[in-house]
Amino acid sequence: MFWMKLKRIIRTGFFNFWRDGTVSLASVLVMMVTLMVVGLISFSGAILDITLLELRNKIDINVTFVTSAKEEDILNVRHALESLTEVSLVTYVSRDEALTAFKERHSSDQSILSALDELGENPLGAVLNIKARDPSQYASVAEFLEGGNALSSDGITIVDRINYFENKAAIDKLTHIIASADRMGFALTIFLAIISVLIAFNTIRLTIYIARDEISVMRLVGASTTYIQGPFVVVGIIYGITAGFLTLLLLLPLTYWLGSTTESFFIGFNIFSYYLRHFLEIALIIVASGVFIGAISSLLAIRKYLKV
Amino acid sequence: MIELKVMIVFDRVSKVYPDSSVALEEVTFSIEPKEFISIVGPSGAGKTTLLKLFLGEEKPTRGVIYYESVNVHALDKKEINEFRRRVGMVFQDFRLLPNKTVYENIAFTMEAAGRTDEEIESDVPHVLELVDLTPKIWNFPRELSGGEKQRVAIARALVNEPEVIIADEPTGNLDPVNTYDVVQILKKINNLGTTVILTTHNKGIIDSLNGRVVAIEQGRVVRDDKAGKYFK
Repeated sequence: MFWMKLKRIIRTGFFNFWRDGTVSLASVLVMMVTLMVVGLISFSGAILDITLLELRNKIDINVTFVTSAKEEDILNVRHALESLTEVSLVTYVSRDEALTAFKERHSSDQSILSALDELGENPLGAVLNIKARDPSQYASVAEFLEGGNALSSDGITIVDRINYFENKAAIDKLTHIIASADRMGFALTIFLAIISVLIAFNTIRLTIYIARDEISVMRLVGASTTYIQGPFVVVGIIYGITAGFLTLLLLLPLTYWLGSTTESFFIGFNIFSYYLRHFLEIALIIVASGVFIGAISSLLAIRKYLKV
Repeated sequence: MIELKVMIVFDRVSKVYPDSSVALEEVTFSIEPKEFISIVGPSGAGKTTLLKLFLGEEKPTRGVIYYESVNVHALDKKEINEFRRRVGMVFQDFRLLPNKTVYENIAFTMEAAGRTDEEIESDVPHVLELVDLTPKIWNFPRELSGGEKQRVAIARALVNEPEVIIADEPTGNLDPVNTYDVVQILKKINNLGTTVILTTHNKGIIDSLNGRVVAIEQGRVVRDDKAGKYFK
């Protein structure tokens, strides 16, 4: 009995989808807009994550040591920094390496190079480049260094300058922007998702509104709630699946085009290759969202007309 | 007490709508099995309300409606579905399912009643033969004339072999020839042992039937004749 009923419900759902062609087409198109938003939300999540990560990686602080500082003392400071939980990476640049890099940077500026030669000795101090796990943690790293943790064995400070204090305003601003972008992205995602789901829900509600007289006739010939509801839910699911596959197909040329035009803007993130790499995951999200929205919308919309 | 040979009883049934309009007032009469009863009255007299109350589409404000000694409004949702399957309905506006063929419209009623595919395949053509519509079996309602649609509706009402057929102004949208056909089919159904409740304001039909007539005016039963005419 159960299987017979299920078979009839599915069959009727398919027939209704096919025979109500215009309504089905309109619903699938609207559902596609919703699913496109769902897809773009997952892309924008990835874009935001990767772009923010890139930005975070670009923030660092440099500690320049006095020229008289011993390498051993500097390596001790490095060791102390590495033991901090806030610090993710510390790179040591020796005085010689700093000089080579400086010369390379100014290889076309003869006056600087000749001035260096005139000095006769290396005027540059060694540098520790520090990357924190989170931009907000640079303050405590700088405080750590200021608080007497970077002293030579004789108790004299060996730090010449910490560029955190020079870049503090920029770092603070960037930290603030990253936090706001995170929050904004989340709020926008929720907002877009709600709007698009409401649009899809209303479209399905309209299709059921058109069928309200039929529903009352079905009631009056003694059809049970499941038997009336079932085909509408099946149609909702078919809308979801069809719209889901069409959306996935449409995203191929769209991301291909977007990928090449926006790659430089998104700092090395190619939306097309991301789509191909995560295709199964995205397909599952889009099709499952379609099926869920279609089924739930039908279930909710039909309830009103089943009261007879 | 209700007599056993009575099938349907309207016992002091009143219906007042929320806007205080009185659709029915203290309506009392009974219907016996295999009876052909016509309910007549002008538009707005309360005929359709009476049928809606009987089918459980609406609840009476006061009074009780019994079907085989059971209070129709005391049935739960599942029982009311079962009850409705024992009653066949024909409406003035046909109310066919527009996206289903003639065959599927009739099959739907059988499916709703849980009948098997084999039963459906054998009974649907049979009942269509009865209303003389076999050639239109695969047509959609939009491809049929008014008379043909009403015959499909009658076939749909008949296919589950109901104990009662309710026909609410079934000839209201039909020309005289189709009206005559529909009345003949209803008479044939009644002769085969099914109770028929017909509402109409077509004088010609009532006079030709020469059966029981209950007249309703302004929500009250004003006349109940065993072999009545439209006007006394």
